[in-house]
Amino acid sequence: MGLLKLFWSLNWGARLGYVIVIFFAICALFAPWIAPYGQSQIVGDVWEPLFGEFVFGTDQIGRDMLSMLIYGARNMIGLALLTTGCAFGLGALLGFLAATMRGWVDQVLSRFVDMIISIPTLIFALIVLSATGTAIPWLITVIAITYAMPVFRIARAVAMDIEVMDYVEAARLRGEGLWWIMREEILPNAMTPLAAEFGLRFCFVFLLISGLSFLGLGLQPPLADWGAMVRGNADGIAWGYLHPLVPAACIALLTIGINLVVDTAVQKASGLRDDQ
Amino acid sequence: MSQKLLEVSDLLIEADIDGVWKPIVNSLSMTLERGEIIGLIGESGAGKSTFGLTALGYTKPGCRIVSGSIKLDGVDLTQMKEPQLREIRGDRVTYVAQSAAASFNPAHTLFEQFAESAVQHGKMTMAEARERSVELFRQLELPDPELIGERYPHQVSGGQLQRAMTAMALGCDPDIIVFDEPTTALDVTTQIEVLGAIREAVKARNVAAIYITHDLAVVAQMADRIMVLRYGDLIEEGDARSMLTNPQHEYTRRLLNVRALRETRKGHDEDNVQLSIENITASYAGPKKNVLEDINVNIVKGKTVAVVGESGSGKSTLARVITGLLPPSHGKIIFNGTELNPALSMRSKKDLQSIQMIYQIADIAMNPRHKIKKIIGRPLQFYLGLTGKQKDERVLELLRLIEIPEEFAERYPGQLSGGEKQRICIARALAAEPELIICDEVTSALDQLVAKGILDLLLNLQKELGVSYLFITHDLATVKSIADEIVVMYQGKVVEQGSKVDILTPPHAPYTELLLSSVPEMDPDWLTNLVGKRKRGESPTSESITT
Repeated sequence: MGLLKLFWSLNWGARLGYVIVIFFAICALFAPWIAPYGQSQIVGDVWEPLFGEFVFGTDQIGRDMLSMLIYGARNMIGLALLTTGCAFGLGALLGFLAATMRGWVDQVLSRFVDMIISIPTLIFALIVLSATGTAIPWLITVIAITYAMPVFRIARAVAMDIEVMDYVEAARLRGEGLWWIMREEILPNAMTPLAAEFGLRFCFVFLLISGLSFLGLGLQPPLADWGAMVRGNADGIAWGYLHPLVPAACIALLTIGINLVVDTAVQKASGLRDDQ
Repeated sequence: MSQKLLEVSDLLIEADIDGVWKPIVNSLSMTLERGEIIGLIGESGAGKSTFGLTALGYTKPGCRIVSGSIKLDGVDLTQMKEPQLREIRGDRVTYVAQSAAASFNPAHTLFEQFAESAVQHGKMTMAEARERSVELFRQLELPDPELIGERYPHQVSGGQLQRAMTAMALGCDPDIIVFDEPTTALDVTTQIEVLGAIREAVKARNVAAIYITHDLAVVAQMADRIMVLRYGDLIEEGDARSMLTNPQHEYTRRLLNVRALRETRKGHDEDNVQLSIENITASYAGPKKNVLEDINVNIVKGKTVAVVGESGSGKSTLARVITGLLPPSHGKIIFNGTELNPALSMRSKKDLQSIQMIYQIADIAMNPRHKIKKIIGRPLQFYLGLTGKQKDERVLELLRLIEIPEEFAERYPGQLSGGEKQRICIARALAAEPELIICDEVTSALDQLVAKGILDLLLNLQKELGVSYLFITHDLATVKSIADEIVVMYQGKVVEQGSKVDILTPPHAPYTELLLSSVPEMDPDWLTNLVGKRKRGESPTSESITT
């Protein structure tokens, strides 16, 4: 009951955001039970029409689009969550370390991050992935490392503000070690801005994975993914088929949904209200 | 003249506290005549600021006026629309805030900000504004009145900024000025100068003023009439002189007695020196200017040494040196007969345990995401190795010791009041079972009655546990009530040190004299007499000290 009440207290944008996110989350979690067919199962002719026998038609080799979208949600969201999680783990750890230790540790880490950040993300990912191949562990490692860099900057800035507080000094005077200060004093107080950042970064990672898939360097068949679906069906546009727009719309919808949710979370955290 | 300048009647103001509207000003009334200064006094939460600000027709966000009227020359401000009110604010009624540093825009010069409201209200041209600013800056005794307007806020001192703000408030020849704790953030010696200048200027221009403060001694100097507020109710109202000599209400009497001197404790035992600071010289990185120069202080076991001085005197730096946060460039610290390692990271756990620190602002001295039981429990676990049930029981024991209900163990610091927070910080320090506690301005962020409670607690704990204190403060009233020995510091050097009686009885070193004479007394003529004495050169001033 409490949750429902909380939901109605939100503005319409946030409500829409939550509905979208929860919808896709359910798809992702229960994909095998919801999807009418398997993600690589060929069920009909090439490009069967939308809203016919199959709700979203079939793709360029006759797989059910709806099932692919549902499995795609699972693959993409799962992959993006895992990758963003890794990026945050790495970025926040190094950021806190730089802020707490200061001095040369901070200098070395910050300059290294400056260097990586100056290379455009997509190009960096393309070059490394074309060298290493597109196995999922490599995909996660490469994207996590690139996205850990901006996270490092934010974590460092937030931690710098916290680090000057008297309670951190009190912990130092007590003789607490580095790990305690980072985990018990800084992390809980940095959670709010980092959580908001997580939402935004998740969107970026999600889009990057879609982009890589579109270019053929992301998830490989038979695993369904939205970026590759756009790519595969793209030729259909020339014949007047709208099939590639469906996965594209899903990518857009989920990104917007997450952004709406994150916006409210950030506003709540910073104490701003709509009427101000 | 039958019509009063300002007439507030039966004003009821409510505030939104977690979604519930609760009254914070209960049907208060006030009248103000031209040229009169009225003092509003009370602790935080008394509603004095909320009530005082209504003279501007203003209520803070989250507050609303439920009933009552505010008549300025017979016109009711509660009936006015925002644009009309804006005409009045900054023109007929002006405001001087507590922190001038936060109220000035750092990107503009003082003069630009002075002229802004006057020119915007169409009252004067730029040239007239310039002339007027010089005149007012001179009246408020700012140095270089012709040129100081060209400076930026960060280029003048805190006291000067507060006076510049008063000049701004006087710029449009208002009828009323509302002063909201204008000297609370200043050192005692600076406070005097600001108080004197404000009073002269206000009296000379026959402006009425509402002076909001929590310090009865300050209001005694400024106000003709005093209203004592508590929890939104009027406790007592009357003529300043008669209220000070003959307070009617119990609460007013308690406010008056806050500053009463405590008996001096005897016993001076040189052998039992616990901490001795020998020839300490220290400086921060950057320009090689010593913040501390050749400091020698001894702390006797179970006694309190108070280090007194204004901001910038190096007294907090001394605490940083003792705790090891700032290794000194010269000199050594001897604790219980052995030399302490200058750097924090090289000290043993035992050394860290025996010296604990309590901070000025309890809000940022406790991690807001930790529960009280974790805050107090951590030193128990860290130093004494207590865990589980033993630890929980000791936490409750400590809570009882600092007179805090046991159920607070489950709360977060944000759910506590200022005084309660400071008590928790004391408990955290005690949890380590230290031999010396460094108290850095522990009461200066608190209301007087709350501060008195904290000092009482510290003294009782000392009696019970035999712990020594190094008490850093700028407040001489605190020193008088708690110290056994006093060290007076000025610009990084010790000016005078000795037992409390020696320091507090004449003859004094000139700086000590200045500090002592600057503490406001409950006598309404005190400021007038002091300013007179200083002008005649019978009493030292900040200028005579520095030259």
